[in-house]
Amino acid sequence: MAVASTDYAVQKTVELSLRNRVLWAMLGTALLLMLCRALGILPEWLIRLPEWAIPPSDIWLDAAFSFVQNDLGLIHVTRFVAEGPLEFLLDATANLLYGKRRWPDLGPIPWTAIAAAAAVIGYYLGGWRMSLLAGGTFVWTALIGQWEIAMQTMSVLTVAAPIAFLTGLGLGILAWKYAWFDKAIKPVLSVLQTLPFFTYLLPAVIFFKVGPTAGAVATIVYAIPPMILMTTLGLKKVSTEVVEAGHMSGCTRWQMLTRVYIPTARTEILVGVNQVIMLCLAMVVLTAFIGMPGLGAKLLAMMGSFKLGRSFEIGVTIVLLAIMLDRLSKAWVVKQPEHFERGTPWWQRHIFLLFTIGAFAVFVALAQVIQVFSEIGRTQHFSRGKEIDGIIKAALDIDMVQATTEWLRWFLNVNVLIPFRNSMLWVPTPAFILLVVAFAYWLGGRRPALYATVFFTIVAFSGWWDRSVITLYTVISAVIMATLIGIPLGIFAARSEKWSRRILLACDTAQTFPSFIYLIPAIMLFGVNDVAVVFSILIFSMVPLTRYTIEGLRTVPPEMTEAADMSGASRRQKLLSVQLPLALPTMAVGFNQAIMFAFFMVIIAAFIGTQDLGQELQRTLAGTELGKNFVLGMNVSLMALTFDLTILSWAEKRKKALGLA
Amino acid sequence: MNDATPVIAAKNVWKLFGPQPEKYLAGMEPGRSFEDIRADGYIAGVKDVSISLTRGEMLVIMGLSGSGKSTLVRCFSRLHDITGGTVEVEGQNIMALTERELIDLRRSKMGMVFQSFGLLPHRTVLENVAFPLEMRGQDRHTRRERALEMIRLVGLDGREEYFPRELSGGQQQRVGIARSLAIEPDIWFLDEPFSALDPLIRREMQDEFLRLQGMLGKSIAFITHDFDEALRLADRIAIMRNGAVEQCDTPDKIVLNPATEYVFKFTEDIDKARVVRARGLMQPLNGASPEGAPVDGMATIQALARDLVNDPREVIPVAGQDGAVAGQMKRQAALDILLGTR
Ligand SMILES: Nc1ncnc2c1ncn2[C@@H]1O[C@H](COP(=O)(O)OP(=O)(O)O)[C@@H](O)[C@H]1O
Ligand SMILES: [Mg+2]
Repeated sequence: MAVASTDYAVQKTVELSLRNRVLWAMLGTALLLMLCRALGILPEWLIRLPEWAIPPSDIWLDAAFSFVQNDLGLIHVTRFVAEGPLEFLLDATANLLYGKRRWPDLGPIPWTAIAAAAAVIGYYLGGWRMSLLAGGTFVWTALIGQWEIAMQTMSVLTVAAPIAFLTGLGLGILAWKYAWFDKAIKPVLSVLQTLPFFTYLLPAVIFFKVGPTAGAVATIVYAIPPMILMTTLGLKKVSTEVVEAGHMSGCTRWQMLTRVYIPTARTEILVGVNQVIMLCLAMVVLTAFIGMPGLGAKLLAMMGSFKLGRSFEIGVTIVLLAIMLDRLSKAWVVKQPEHFERGTPWWQRHIFLLFTIGAFAVFVALAQVIQVFSEIGRTQHFSRGKEIDGIIKAALDIDMVQATTEWLRWFLNVNVLIPFRNSMLWVPTPAFILLVVAFAYWLGGRRPALYATVFFTIVAFSGWWDRSVITLYTVISAVIMATLIGIPLGIFAARSEKWSRRILLACDTAQTFPSFIYLIPAIMLFGVNDVAVVFSILIFSMVPLTRYTIEGLRTVPPEMTEAADMSGASRRQKLLSVQLPLALPTMAVGFNQAIMFAFFMVIIAAFIGTQDLGQELQRTLAGTELGKNFVLGMNVSLMALTFDLTILSWAEKRKKALGLA
Repeated sequence: MNDATPVIAAKNVWKLFGPQPEKYLAGMEPGRSFEDIRADGYIAGVKDVSISLTRGEMLVIMGLSGSGKSTLVRCFSRLHDITGGTVEVEGQNIMALTERELIDLRRSKMGMVFQSFGLLPHRTVLENVAFPLEMRGQDRHTRRERALEMIRLVGLDGREEYFPRELSGGQQQRVGIARSLAIEPDIWFLDEPFSALDPLIRREMQDEFLRLQGMLGKSIAFITHDFDEALRLADRIAIMRNGAVEQCDTPDKIVLNPATEYVFKFTEDIDKARVVRARGLMQPLNGASPEGAPVDGMATIQALARDLVNDPREVIPVAGQDGAVAGQMKRQAALDILLGTR
């Protein structure tokens, strides 16, 4: 036994020293390369790959896409699906919600009727507060004069969410039933979840024409993965006794599935519904990039022309819609059936249904008589866009505010961002890759290092190295700043129950916002430039950082903090030597999410004008350079995946070492 | 098939858990122990068990947790596919049934009660009890009537519209019992039905159960790990260990003649006088005719204690179920049981 353990120890040290040697070799080579560059003796082809070495992958891809589209005839299939049933559904909801001239030609439904029905449903699910939230959101939307664009967004949502739900449910059932299918889709799902949103827009644009149909397809695909995961999770959790009770009751397979498994997995399936709805909303707003009309498109236009007041109002609408959909669907998750005493009459059992229909009908009828109940006209709404514009601009013009933002902008730009960016661009390509690989190796181990090598080499050969580095620079600087703010905030909040709850609630709410929203304050404060981009990414990625810091600290086992208290540790000592180390793996997950979020946001933020991949993507999404678009998207994904794999592998190992897993 | 056919006859049943159980069992040399099998990477949930359940009998299956009780009973209803041996239900080889036939068998003949109730959380009491009938395709009205009748039988009237989470543990198990009885099964499986309940409620439910059984007279396989419960209920007790049945006998015989060391240890601390009945000590008359009034063969020694102590006779006649003298018992033997040997 003693021999064995020394053997083990020896082996461990050997491994360690090997690891160190590999690390130093990589770092040394990288440094040597940089030194040579500084001395000017590094040959050109080692600084950047020469043009001739870069394969014209975008042209190849274009050819491949066109082959699949035209020669294989796939486009006919997809067009048929899209322009047949899907477009039909989209047209129908479009007619009902905002009166597009299509079958069934009944719409638009008066806004008051929708608001009233929503209020009753809200009351049913969560009492007066939900009622107010649900009704209030629609009333606000109408009064502020955004009914039509909001309904454009909702009309896609009401088609996409159910389809995504059903597809996800079906695939989830298959994955649960057939182990081979589960094995086949697991890796696909985990990759899908690290893909930035535009990767979903791409195929949509390839196979469907730009517009609501493509937007709906992208939205549906985007929302499916979590539904699959939640469905399998729920079905697996059904207790064996319930299943056996089903068998003993003589259920056939179909009865087993529909009467036993699915109803019993209700909670997880409804959590899936919540996620589907929220992802759909987030995506629908973003499909503005591929020409989908609605709130997102309007917001894009308003921000583009720097109309801050209107942007702000649209932002509020989006946020309200997001909060409402989130809260209502979550209330539905926790809503348990209540029993009625025997002999309760039919109408009393279905009182809420009747009220919903009643309220709806009353307002539809009223709307026939009273015009404003049906539609708020162009001149009747209460939008105060111009005034808000004025106020914001005045506020920004106040000397102190202006001085602060000006100074911040100047300081960040001149002293931090630009030098950082330039130095990253200065590093020779091979040295850069070596540094990234060394980082992956140091933190994650062999596998992540291998992935890092492959992934970054692909990026180097893609022909968009500089832009990729700029993307990376934006992400890294934003995440570093987010860490500097988010983690102390989390630590502070974790000190008291009350503040933990408050901040967690704020984070939860903020996470339901479509990412677009984060651009608004950035633009307001800093205008259109690099700093605003970094700032919007910063707020967006701060949310998971703070959240996971609080969660990590709050879930440190109490025995351990008590032990520290008993050893007479001061608050600071306790934090540094007990709580933080134990919370670190959880915090790493937050850090990872922050980086992922940052990669997502970088593309969106590109809209406010940066020189990175995002902007290039923006340009190509609208156009037809699909091959190039694909290459760009792949670059962002590959870089994101490298970090994802590295950090998660570290967190995993660390958790095991601490016995927390 | 006649009345003497056992309701369930299991012969050399094996149930192995592991990667390729059939293949392993086919190639396994005979006589491998539970530990040997485990060393090969398999768990013998049920190990070479032959046991039968006769009509109207209550067979109690006992053993420590993990001894294979649940697994055995699940082999009877083919909730588990067995690895080796045969299980016959009313003369039919259950492993030869098609899926459809199996479903029909369960819909018409079997009921089961589970330790943690296994109720469907989204259905009311009424809907839970009516569930097997619904699966059978009975129309709404008759299944409602039948379910209400069952609910009344287990004493839950007035709670028909409640959801399981609105009921106490004891009430939930009553729902489980009502559901298992809804289709009027011939065979009733109960897997530790009362062990999730508090002792007081457990007692109450046992009484309730005995009342039901007195009315219905089903063939029952009842699992418990509680010896007192077993003694209260059983016609025969099967004691399991490591997947194998160590002994299957009437309570008297188990206590008086433990077949193995394990059963002996298991029964050691039991107050034997409460278990052993006069007929358990009965010996054949062999022509002798002991004098005086006979004692009831079904009476436990504890119940006879006062009389035994005062009875001057050395040999006491014992009456069979028809009241006629069927045998005799030595007073000393009875006193030994009552007071312990020595
Ligand atoms: N589905 C299964 N897969 C693997 N092993 C099982 C399974 N079910 C039961 N076992 C094993 O079989 C043995 C007997 O279990 P069980 O019949 O549940 O015991 P009991 O009901 O007597 O407590 C246990 O060791 C258990 O771990
Ligand atoms: Mg058991």
